[in-house]
Amino acid sequence: MTTVLTAGLGLKPLYYDAALACPAAGLWFEVHPENYMVAGGPRLAWLEAIRAKYAISLHGVALSLAADAELDPAHLARLAALARRIEPALISEHLAWSTWRGTYHPDLLPFPRTSEALARIADNVSRTQDVLQRRIAIENPSHYLRMDGHAWDEVDFLAELSRRTGCGLLLDTNNVYVSARNLGYSAEAYLDAFPVASVMEIHLAGHATDANLGGALLIDSHDAPIAPEVWALYSRLIARIGARPTLIERDDKLPDFATLLAERERADAVLRAPLAKAA
Amino acid sequence: MPPTMPGALARFQDGFARALIEPDAAVTPEIAALASQPAFAVYRNTVMKGCIDALQANYPAVTRLVGEEWFRAAAAVHVRETLPADPTLLHYGSAFADFLARFQPAAELPYLPGVARLDRYWTEAHAAPSLSALDPAAVANLTPEALAGAVLHPHPAARWAWFADGPIYTIWSRNRVDKTLDAGFKWQPEGALLVRPRDAVEWIALDAGGCTFLDACAAGGTLGEAARAALHAQGDANLALLLARLLKAGAFRENAVQQRSK
Repeated sequence: MTTVLTAGLGLKPLYYDAALACPAAGLWFEVHPENYMVAGGPRLAWLEAIRAKYAISLHGVALSLAADAELDPAHLARLAALARRIEPALISEHLAWSTWRGTYHPDLLPFPRTSEALARIADNVSRTQDVLQRRIAIENPSHYLRMDGHAWDEVDFLAELSRRTGCGLLLDTNNVYVSARNLGYSAEAYLDAFPVASVMEIHLAGHATDANLGGALLIDSHDAPIAPEVWALYSRLIARIGARPTLIERDDKLPDFATLLAERERADAVLRAPLAKAA
Repeated sequence: MPPTMPGALARFQDGFARALIEPDAAVTPEIAALASQPAFAVYRNTVMKGCIDALQANYPAVTRLVGEEWFRAAAAVHVRETLPADPTLLHYGSAFADFLARFQPAAELPYLPGVARLDRYWTEAHAAPSLSALDPAAVANLTPEALAGAVLHPHPAARWAWFADGPIYTIWSRNRVDKTLDAGFKWQPEGALLVRPRDAVEWIALDAGGCTFLDACAAGGTLGEAARAALHAQGDANLALLLARLLKAGAFRENAVQQRSK
């Protein structure tokens, strides 16, 4: 699918009616496929109704690519079945693990970036792409912990993963900002080093400060408007690399749909700026 | 790059997963160095909140009965015993009704496990395959003999249960839709049937004979066999009315009505 995507929105059930009625040009939506892995019923009917009007991206949270295990064939089969049904414009997943020895931990968990991990993740990404018969995009995670044992810098790790598997990357600018603040490095330097030719999608989201830790830690909470610092990183990135499909994630403390559309308009304006300059 | 021993990632994940759920568990120095950081709480909280949120979403009538604070405290105990196996969290909580039945603080709420079972049935009905329900006209013109030999299959979304020890259906259905209990509310055995003939899950009260009737149909019995079982369970069962109610509710799936020779 070669549709040029502009700025899109994460889709929550609360927004189905407003989303279906929305006339915004080029609007697209992203959903977590795990929420639609059901045999039938209204959930799938809602998603198919949205898909009939808009492009959809499937953004998985549970393939557990970084678990030291082969992928769950049943989960992969369900993802493939949903992809056949929805024909998404994009499919993405995370550089993280969540399912381990048959237990699902609803989070995106960290791991030491070793060559062993890289080999395992590359196998899992390749397997996913083989089953889905398409290129997927892998997202950079948010970090909170100081971890010894990283043999690879994250940007190099992602670049090598992309080189070995042909996968694309999903660059979450909020995750870059949150991680850089939490671990004490430069978000700008991270973005400057990122292999941007592989970026198939960009994420924007709001974050929170952890009240229990005196605001010392930023949490990738998706429960607030996008922070000014993240908008600045995003504008700087787009000015350098040009337009990329950009998705605004909002998963908690959901505002009305018009508020999200206003954020989406702002991202769209950033995306149009390089084009306007070129014209 | 330094060489890495095979299995180091698996050992890391064993320890990390354990430290997420058991803060006092003995772990390797590598994991202890992570779990001792205040930021480790971010992962613990996210995993716990994700599981508890899912249970609360899947058990709304139970939540309304006990209040959010009590529910989330009980859910946290259940999560530590039974983490999700399936990333589709709509499916999480299949063991929650059984957990409530043996959860000591719930001992004075004997109706709670039954209400939880009906919340679970709602979720199962909601996510079941989308199939048309059997048109009542399909059996309307059968002779009495043909009707007795007919085999009807319950719709894949149909769920039913008889609760001999209390008015679980009334308690559940009032709390599922945010209603208060009527003044005339009686403490008596009740059954329930949940169906999804179209998009939305619907439900009706069902007596002991009706529940037994559907049990027999699900086991592949003929309508004659199901009728005998229903009369055995409930001597005064009105079978014609029962079949009409089940057909109208959409309790059977559409297919050619099969006959089984005697």
